[in-house]
Amino acid sequence: MIRLEKRPQPSRAWSLATPLVAVLATMLFGGLLFAVLGKDPVEAIRTIFWDPLFGEYAFYFRPQLLVKGAPLVLIAIGLSLGFKAGIWNIGAEGQYIMGAIVGAAVGLAFYPYEAWYIFPLMVIAGALGGWAWAMIPAFLKVRFGTNEILVSLMLVYIAEQLLASASLRFLKNPEGMGFPGSRNLQSYESAFNADLIEGTGMHWGVVAALIAVIFAYVLLTRHMIGFHIRLTGEAPRAAKFAGVKPARLILLCLGISGALAGLAGLFEVSGPAGQVSIDFNVGYGFTAIIVAFLGRLHPFGILLAGGLMALTYIGGDIAQSNLGLPAAAIQVFQGMLLFFLLALDLLTNFRVTLRKVEVA
Amino acid sequence: MDLSAINPVLLIASLMVAATPILLAAIGELVVEKSGVLNLGVEGMMIIGAVSGFATAVESGSPWLGFIASALAGAVFSLLFVLLTQVAKANQVASGLALTLSGLGLSALLGQSYVGIKPPQMGMLDIPLLTDLPVVGPILFGHDPILYLGLALTAAVWALLKFTRAGLILRAVGENHEAAHALGYKVIRIRVLAIMFGGACAGLGGAYISLIRVPQWTEGMTAGVGWIALALVVFASWKPWRALLGAYLFGGVTVVQLNLQAAGVAIPVEYLAMSPYVITIVVLVILSADKSSAPAALGRNFHASR
Amino acid sequence: MKLTTLLTSAAMALGLATGAVAADKTKVGFVYVGPVGDGGWTYEHDQGRKAVVEAFGDKVETVYVENVAEGPDSERVMTQMALEGADLIFTTSFGYMDPTINVAKKFPNVRFEHATGYKTAPNVSTYSARFYEGRAVQGTIAGNMTESNIIGYIGSYPIPEVIRGINSAYIHAKKVNPDVQFKIVWAFTWFDPAKEADAAKVLIEQGADVILQHTDSTAPQAAAQAAGNVITFGQASDMAEYGPKPRVSSIIDDWGPYYVARTQAVMDGSWESVMTWDGIGAGMVGIGEISDAVPADVKEAALTMKAALADGSYHAFTGPINKQDGSAWLADGETADDGTLAGMNFFVEGIEGDIPQ
Repeated sequence: MIRLEKRPQPSRAWSLATPLVAVLATMLFGGLLFAVLGKDPVEAIRTIFWDPLFGEYAFYFRPQLLVKGAPLVLIAIGLSLGFKAGIWNIGAEGQYIMGAIVGAAVGLAFYPYEAWYIFPLMVIAGALGGWAWAMIPAFLKVRFGTNEILVSLMLVYIAEQLLASASLRFLKNPEGMGFPGSRNLQSYESAFNADLIEGTGMHWGVVAALIAVIFAYVLLTRHMIGFHIRLTGEAPRAAKFAGVKPARLILLCLGISGALAGLAGLFEVSGPAGQVSIDFNVGYGFTAIIVAFLGRLHPFGILLAGGLMALTYIGGDIAQSNLGLPAAAIQVFQGMLLFFLLALDLLTNFRVTLRKVEVA
Repeated sequence: MDLSAINPVLLIASLMVAATPILLAAIGELVVEKSGVLNLGVEGMMIIGAVSGFATAVESGSPWLGFIASALAGAVFSLLFVLLTQVAKANQVASGLALTLSGLGLSALLGQSYVGIKPPQMGMLDIPLLTDLPVVGPILFGHDPILYLGLALTAAVWALLKFTRAGLILRAVGENHEAAHALGYKVIRIRVLAIMFGGACAGLGGAYISLIRVPQWTEGMTAGVGWIALALVVFASWKPWRALLGAYLFGGVTVVQLNLQAAGVAIPVEYLAMSPYVITIVVLVILSADKSSAPAALGRNFHASR
Repeated sequence: MKLTTLLTSAAMALGLATGAVAADKTKVGFVYVGPVGDGGWTYEHDQGRKAVVEAFGDKVETVYVENVAEGPDSERVMTQMALEGADLIFTTSFGYMDPTINVAKKFPNVRFEHATGYKTAPNVSTYSARFYEGRAVQGTIAGNMTESNIIGYIGSYPIPEVIRGINSAYIHAKKVNPDVQFKIVWAFTWFDPAKEADAAKVLIEQGADVILQHTDSTAPQAAAQAAGNVITFGQASDMAEYGPKPRVSSIIDDWGPYYVARTQAVMDGSWESVMTWDGIGAGMVGIGEISDAVPADVKEAALTMKAALADGSYHAFTGPINKQDGSAWLADGETADDGTLAGMNFFVEGIEGDIPQ
């Protein structure tokens, strides 16, 4: 019989090795899937994992990895703080949307006036928009004990409707020939979140994501709040004795994750996306949950996980175009990657032994 | 504006159809959550049910076989979630999202050759005299059999949870798995069964969309119904009859808003469309005063230490 | 502008490398907003791609990426196609407009074709179809065939494209049946089969016996079939599986001829930036077979209308037409100019209800 024994401490070796094993397993099974679909598995895997990084056009795709990965990392960092403390914000998608709407609205309110302070104001507004949206579940949880998982999820749908409303009504481009969508912020210099160095993909969102990683790392390892967060997640009762105030922690964790998601939305709408449109959100808020877990809720892990997710997106699109793989196959491939990463996490926390058992 | 154009009888009848897929998925998820497991993969299981039900119905020519296949497929697909959360003890939130992602992709691959095909029709219930009754006829006796199955499942789950020993055990596992384990119940086994039941129900709900409500197969056709079902379970505060009520409310809002539009009432559509979610939040707040409603062990994994 | 030069020089350097291949093969890229299996918008664009393959065989290589979100993802996919040596790229969604222009700036030697937009550049053409001509044919059939005099219309989003269709259908239904009344519902989605089914059912319950749809799924067809005595029209694709009734005809997006012609132009070196807005005449808007459920005289009238639109002897918006508020829009015999049509944001006189905006 196979028996699981919980490790007193998560295994360090396995926690580093499992992601690698998972990626290899995904390559193996993904390759099988591609072979079944009649494609050369080796070529497909190479296209997804190798080409964006070291292929002929890597000079273009490497910056794109930053563009695609930055919002994922930024959001995931915020979420991971809450997840560590057992506070489940799964509505980052909504906070991301609200950050974009509020931030873009502030920028557009100034249009066509040019001034240096417009973009900073938008950044603040974006963070506040996401923060305020996250404060709803936070407040309800603190005041009434309402389940934050569900409230934050519901607020995603409400935000999506507000997004439609913004695109069709109050932020609609008056010169847009009646089509939905706001003005393009890329052509409004004071509001445009351009590449800091042209062609590197390094826009303010990437900078913010890197700062967030370092900030989270310092917070978790060096600061009292970080200790409280970890303690609350690992031993809620002990946390109480240690003087942790749960209400404050909830407001703080949800607030940070909301603000970071809002920032991600603002940087996206003012930079790569350029405008508020009905389909502005593409699921970063949900993918970031996955990124947070793939990164083991560790800031540097999240950085790597965000990069890996971005790689599969970009590589997946290349594989579609060059090899004619259907988008669905790429989706299944990503699903497999998650599946293996989550499943193999077992090895980190449990010791698998073979022996006879009395109790199943 | 011409409100008289809205026929309340037909409105209620079509609202019941609109509510059925949400209801089926929600009833399944309700049982899953009662056992203390949060499976966010409902959307993925639904779309797998939708495609396998559709394919089976087309190949065999029998919608009944299609529905059976959809339930089986949903249950089998949910085993992936079982493997992750019950065997490998992975986080349930992330595992559920992985399930949805894989389900959407896999269904699109499976359904490639079924685009643009018309599935075999399932007959409507037609009881002479009863179906022809005014008002009650179309509302109570004029639907397809699966709609009644949804109602029957609701009643069955309600009775199971309330009156049977099995229901008691299920709730015990969901409230406090350590205690349940100490009493000798097989926590994992019970949860696995609950998850598979949830998968089967979600599969049925998906097939209801692809075989009856729409009916056709297109990629991503469940278009978020699975997420609404998740909201519904909470809205219902884990009580089957309230889930039924909620399903009618959620399904009803769409039907009513379309009716108002057609009758020429100028309403801001987006604001009406968000109302079910606002109502759900309000209900959540009201319910959170009542601490007994949510299963205490919801979302937490169980590992028997001994 | 460092990236621009970097990209162009890279593209040109590669042009040398891939030139040998490119010389005998023209590479055509397609960016799709939905899955090719959506049975509607994207499906028809992919049929167009297949027509290109069919027409040129070995001389052409086509590539496509489906489910590409509007915004940075689409920009990346276009850039990638251009880098990989595409000569011509079709971007098939309105939301790709700004990304197409951005990418086109970086690749002056690659030709871009953007569907349904209004921004062009020396290497960017736009193309769209005059679907409202098809709506005129539909309106003629619908006005003749309705017995309840109520025609239901399922709109997606209140944008000019959809509003044009409603106006055109209404004008021509009214012409043959002065008592006709339109009931319009906005689904606020391009694609949600369940919601489309609901919308159709609601309209039927409120007395409509003709359903026109500007959303892509066959759900309204099935709802009409279940209801019995209701007729519908296929949208985007023929939806022939619902004929001869409820589906009595259809508007088909036929991109094939255009895609073939533009690919040919690239091969010949005769490609230049144009704003194409073709209708029935050029074959971009197809009218699906009018089924036997339509009485012979109505079919005759519809075909006459189709022929007049095709040869240009009749314009679907010919005055006198007033706007909804009663103010004059087109004088007797005057036809609408393309500018007004492109940005149409008003209903014509007689349509009840407001455009939500």
